[in-house]
Amino acid sequence: MSYAVGVDVGSTQTKAIVIDEEGRIAGRSLIDTGANVMAAAENAFVAAIRGGGIAEEDVAFVIGTGYGRYKVTFGDAQVTEISCHARGAVHMFPATRTVLDMGGQDTKAIRVHSNGEVADFCMNDKCAAGTGRFLQAAAFALEIPLDELGATAMRSDRPVPITTTCTVFAESEVLSWLARGKKIADILRGVHHSIGTRSMGLLRRVGLDPEVTFTGGVSRNSCMVEVLNEMIGAPLNVSEESHFMGALGAALIALDHARSRQSPPRRSRGEAAAAREAGR
Amino acid sequence: MTDGNEGLVGRGIRDGSRLFRDWYEQLTAASEQGKGAAYVFVMGSMAEILRVFDLETVFPEINALQTAVRRVAHEYLNQAEEYGYSPDVCGYVKADVGIQLRGGEHPMGRIPRPTLAVLTNACNTYIKWGEIWERLYGTPVFTLDVPSSRSGRHLMVPGTAAFEDDRRYVEQQIRELIALCERVTGRKFDVDRCREVLRLTNEMSRSWKRVLELNRAVPAPFDALSDGTVYLGVLNALRGTPEGSRYFHDLVEEMEYKVANRIGTLHEETYRLVFLGVPCYPIFRRFQELFAEWGGVFVASAYLGFAGGGLHLGFQYDLDRPIESLAEGVLRSVGGVMDGVLFQDRMLVEMLDEYRADGMVYHPIKSCRTVSTGLADSRRWLAQQRDVLSLFIESDMMDKRVVSEAQLKNRIDAFFEGLATKRLRAAAGEAITT
Repeated sequence: MSYAVGVDVGSTQTKAIVIDEEGRIAGRSLIDTGANVMAAAENAFVAAIRGGGIAEEDVAFVIGTGYGRYKVTFGDAQVTEISCHARGAVHMFPATRTVLDMGGQDTKAIRVHSNGEVADFCMNDKCAAGTGRFLQAAAFALEIPLDELGATAMRSDRPVPITTTCTVFAESEVLSWLARGKKIADILRGVHHSIGTRSMGLLRRVGLDPEVTFTGGVSRNSCMVEVLNEMIGAPLNVSEESHFMGALGAALIALDHARSRQSPPRRSRGEAAAAREAGR
Repeated sequence: MTDGNEGLVGRGIRDGSRLFRDWYEQLTAASEQGKGAAYVFVMGSMAEILRVFDLETVFPEINALQTAVRRVAHEYLNQAEEYGYSPDVCGYVKADVGIQLRGGEHPMGRIPRPTLAVLTNACNTYIKWGEIWERLYGTPVFTLDVPSSRSGRHLMVPGTAAFEDDRRYVEQQIRELIALCERVTGRKFDVDRCREVLRLTNEMSRSWKRVLELNRAVPAPFDALSDGTVYLGVLNALRGTPEGSRYFHDLVEEMEYKVANRIGTLHEETYRLVFLGVPCYPIFRRFQELFAEWGGVFVASAYLGFAGGGLHLGFQYDLDRPIESLAEGVLRSVGGVMDGVLFQDRMLVEMLDEYRADGMVYHPIKSCRTVSTGLADSRRWLAQQRDVLSLFIESDMMDKRVVSEAQLKNRIDAFFEGLATKRLRAAAGEAITT
């Protein structure tokens, strides 16, 4: 049995997915990216194959994706997370025509064909408003753990409007609402609304065709899912694997390569490191 | 085996760079001798009139972009912003303000002060820009009001009543410009000299049009973004001069040679692209490399038309009626550019078809809403008309603070992944369900 691996090095977290020859998930890992991006890629890879009880020599092809894809130095190829999220989303939800990927510093709206091919995409530009970082700033200002944000915001009954479009200034706006006696849940719901509105702008730019699949780390936030469901007027496809979608897509593309590979078997991480040392 | 013509390849870049440097040396010499110059713009420079009076032409837009190419734009922009200009003001304007505040100091030499400024209404910023020199130096500013076609549908048809009315309107203004030049220089207008300048511009225009047509060949002999910008420099700086005419004659020769011998601008041309917008000058080389790394070549660019003063049209002045014909040329080029901003549809489809392009790259810029507004709509329209992939990336032509190479690369890589997949699918004869 041989395997294909996708390693998605994001700005906040690094994810790895291992799939077998049938495309079934055989291993996974999720770690914080931290400052050493190359180490994060390698650690995520090792954790995923070990978790699946897979020997490294059984890995036929590795694809790096995400902003740190070129740091997956032991990989065989790099593919943008745009192509990978599209592929992963269509694999998981075959009727997907639009993907919304919300990560730490990027939000992407991607229109896809039925085969997972990217038809069009649109991303936030030079500003983290409308991304996971925006939520992180609000969580920091309100001293709420990031994984409790969604549940807290769901308790809101009168969300406040957050009008600033700057992640840095949003923190001041959050604090000013707090000073005016607004409930934390209402402020947080307002933050989710603000992000939702910006995401809708991106989705409309590529064309909002159903079904819409929500991917990326923020897709684990229940309030964000609810807000987007309301704005779109239909339920988003979300799964337990949604934040692994980039890594899954990368693994699926890696499997395509492995199937069509004519070249000799891939080098191990040790051989790749030795080649780097030797300047090859 | 050699055919003795190997030196032709790359000659346009070498000679163009040399001529461009010489031009700046000439401007520097004029500045050091205390001479002034006519400040003009790439769209409607009126060089054919100004040359008759031996007025040096200064292009503030070119001065500005050169500060970005030479990676010092931020110094000029910061200086203008410290002086009071908003970060939202056009980067070209702010770089020029910085140059003026430094007494003409520029990375290519020294820029003379304006003794006269000639503008058109092709860009709304030109009007306010001219007022800056007026207030700084009391410079006489001449604004040529060029009507665009009322219907806005490429109906520049000579002989029609609307066109002839507009032509007479522009012609009268050109006569007023001539009178102003006579007052400023103390010299009489020499119509025969004007005919000679028009003749040389005719030669340049014919050659430039031919050069652009030659890039329809596969592989393309030049990159419309990187090489094309060098050619544009000569096109503007030496418009209506013997050196300019000779340069473009030689450029045709080089391009014909390259086409005949299938010498492309890239070692391996994989994707042919059309560029829409203004180049990203702060990372000029790198920007082109981000495409070239994937085998992407810009085979055509709308910029080579509007930033080349309309010479891409190949319009030929009638030397028997020079001023009337000049008015017609201005109307076609400047007026055509204004129409083109609002109605790009036909031009885009023609470029894609004629140049056999695989994709379209839209590059709106923060500094210029005039050329960037509507690009998103244009892209949406194009997607409905043609099965062609397009890329929409935003940065700036001057301000490195809003240029993020990592973000650009991510989008560009994804675009090429799409082009590669599409090509594989086409090769396999697969259809897709949208």
